[in-house]
Amino acid sequence: MKIELPQVGESVTEGIIGRWLKNVGDKIEKYDPLVEVITDKVNMELPSPVRGVLREIIANEGETVQMGGLIADIETNENQENTNHDKLEPDVTDQEIGTTGVLLKNTAPVGPTGSGGPISRDESLSNHDKSPPPKSRYSPAVLRLAEENQIDLAQIVGTGINGRITRKNVISFIEANSTIGGREDSTGPSDQDTQSRKDQEKIALTPVRKMIAANMSKSAALIPQAWSEVAVDVTGMVSKRQDIKESFMNKEGINITYLPFVIKAVAESLKKNPLLNSTWSEEGIILKKNINIGIAVAAPDGLIVPVIHNADFFSIAGLAEIMETLISKAKNGKLTLPEVQGGTFTLNNTGALGSVSSRPLVNHPQAAIMTTEAIIKRPVIKEDAIAIRSMMNICLSFDHRIMDGAEASAFSMSVKKLLENIGSETLIY
Amino acid sequence: MAVITVLEAIREAMREEMRNDDRVFIMGEDIGARGGVFLATEGFLSEFGEERIIDTPLAESSIAGIALGAAMSGLRPIAEIEFADFIWPTINQIVGEAAKVRYGTEGKLNAPMVLRAPQGGGVRGALYHSQSVEAIFAHTPGLKVVTPSTPYDAKGLLKSSIRDDDPVIFLEHKRTYRLVKGEVPDQEYTIPLGKADVKKLGEDISIITYGLMVHHCLEAAQMASLENISVEVLDLRTVRPLDMESIINTVKKTGKTLIVYEDNQALGIGSEVSALISQHAFEYLDAPVIRLGGPEVPAMPFSPPLENMFMIDAEKISTAIKELAEY
Repeated sequence: MKIELPQVGESVTEGIIGRWLKNVGDKIEKYDPLVEVITDKVNMELPSPVRGVLREIIANEGETVQMGGLIADIETNENQENTNHDKLEPDVTDQEIGTTGVLLKNTAPVGPTGSGGPISRDESLSNHDKSPPPKSRYSPAVLRLAEENQIDLAQIVGTGINGRITRKNVISFIEANSTIGGREDSTGPSDQDTQSRKDQEKIALTPVRKMIAANMSKSAALIPQAWSEVAVDVTGMVSKRQDIKESFMNKEGINITYLPFVIKAVAESLKKNPLLNSTWSEEGIILKKNINIGIAVAAPDGLIVPVIHNADFFSIAGLAEIMETLISKAKNGKLTLPEVQGGTFTLNNTGALGSVSSRPLVNHPQAAIMTTEAIIKRPVIKEDAIAIRSMMNICLSFDHRIMDGAEASAFSMSVKKLLENIGSETLIY
Repeated sequence: MAVITVLEAIREAMREEMRNDDRVFIMGEDIGARGGVFLATEGFLSEFGEERIIDTPLAESSIAGIALGAAMSGLRPIAEIEFADFIWPTINQIVGEAAKVRYGTEGKLNAPMVLRAPQGGGVRGALYHSQSVEAIFAHTPGLKVVTPSTPYDAKGLLKSSIRDDDPVIFLEHKRTYRLVKGEVPDQEYTIPLGKADVKKLGEDISIITYGLMVHHCLEAAQMASLENISVEVLDLRTVRPLDMESIINTVKKTGKTLIVYEDNQALGIGSEVSALISQHAFEYLDAPVIRLGGPEVPAMPFSPPLENMFMIDAEKISTAIKELAEY
């Protein structure tokens, strides 16, 4: 039985094959984890839909596969039973059939595209090894363009499904050939250069690395980003956390960090500044009704962004609990698709790495991303005297198409105010 | 320009035509004192009086039959069927009779009538308040079938329908009534029947659609633009007669066509459009013509998750766009 990559979430169209958890020849029970699939920054284990023996791995580690694309071939018991029956079935002779006909048993019905009928075992076995690659078929549009422009289609590399040559491929081929010169001086080393040099080393790209690279390039290429930084006096927050740290641990069994305080302030500020919780489109700015805050977490394989849906619904204690669960899942690669999808704003605690200022890239297609930087005691002027206060910078990158500095600053100032107002009387439940 | 809803556009179109032409009158269930189940004729009874705003019994066959008789006698009736789901008793009067008046009398008589009906799903209306009926009427020569998507189109097309000299089935999608707002010119205008409208220009894929689906297609087209897929959206506006020229033009431009409609897919409007394309634009096709329509299920399910499964939405259209783009 050919195993296809199933649809694993809305708006996901392809997945990258991670580690195969079974080898060719392994016996597999139904629902046994078969292979890791990486989609939209999440790792998931794909369970086997059938019981049998893994006969062939079609999609190898690192390959990108469309939903519905073939990934493996599993030999199931039913195949064998069917062939046994075939042999037991007595032949039906022409005389017995008559004008009413007979119903053949143990014969596959005709498939939706006319395929099917009794399949001989040899045929299904050899399917993958021996059959020649499918013959090229061209669409009418491609044939017409090739004829009109006198093009040998063998010269064109197709980018459609199964390497099909598309109408666009032909058009760009025509355009490329009509421009003369200037095509040879490409910058950067050619493949050959790189391979022959001994003073450098190439690290293979992991699927997660590729995904991050694609997302970051998208952000940098599509979003004109502006940046601002605000200093926040978090002395109150620091002492509040100090006060409740022990009792919180005793009561809830988890460590309270600054993060839930910040998430709360961000959620409140997003409510008051809805442009920060939106998406750009040529037809208009799309305001998102739900406040779903993604939290950047450094996982072993790379950056991952679990999402707290409806973050504004939760108390500080509630947020602490949710974050505890999400972070541990992220570190163990156990996040589910809904837990990484649907983010409308991203928060990154770069301060944990010691940074005091950073310029994050907006998580496309969101409108903005905020970082919290390291909390450092600094001498500051307070009521005309020098005081030692715990200071923290917050940095905001935002999509300048959606808003201007005024709106972005209103948001940052709201976060600042909410954080600076935290004190002993702040409720955490 | 004023921004109004589809419902308001329909009300304005009827009010203006009634003021312009004494022959125009409206009949239907609860359209008088109640102002119609969706309030399309709100305030009409006091302005135009009982002779031109006629409440009828619950008998759709009579509504259509009386309208037909009045139309053949020189009036211009607008007959309202409360929900398209209740339109079936009119089939004999409309398909069996009204469509054939001009042909059967060798042009001596004609039937300038409009049969208005709200249709379509996505409103949790289940079996009897969600049906799409355009394909049944569009099959019959002699009828025109209009399926507007925006307030601008609804007003301009309804005015043309009322002025048309032959029977017009005017199918308004209930979900657009209050959900779709748009600009409508202050000055008088009409839109010719049988002319499609490019709602969005694009290069890579053509979507051909009509009614509520126009809006889902525009949303999906916008999502696709984020992935550098440029989608053209052609709104048919009338599904009979079809605007062959616009259909063929957009297909020739992109070579890839997706036809989106809420009605059951098989033997629907998309089936005819697809056949026309393969006949008249075969040499321009770069991919199979794809239809995305309602499932092979007899009626809209009552359960909300099942209704969502039945209805075509931007997400499903997006998936189809991507598949077609990759082909």
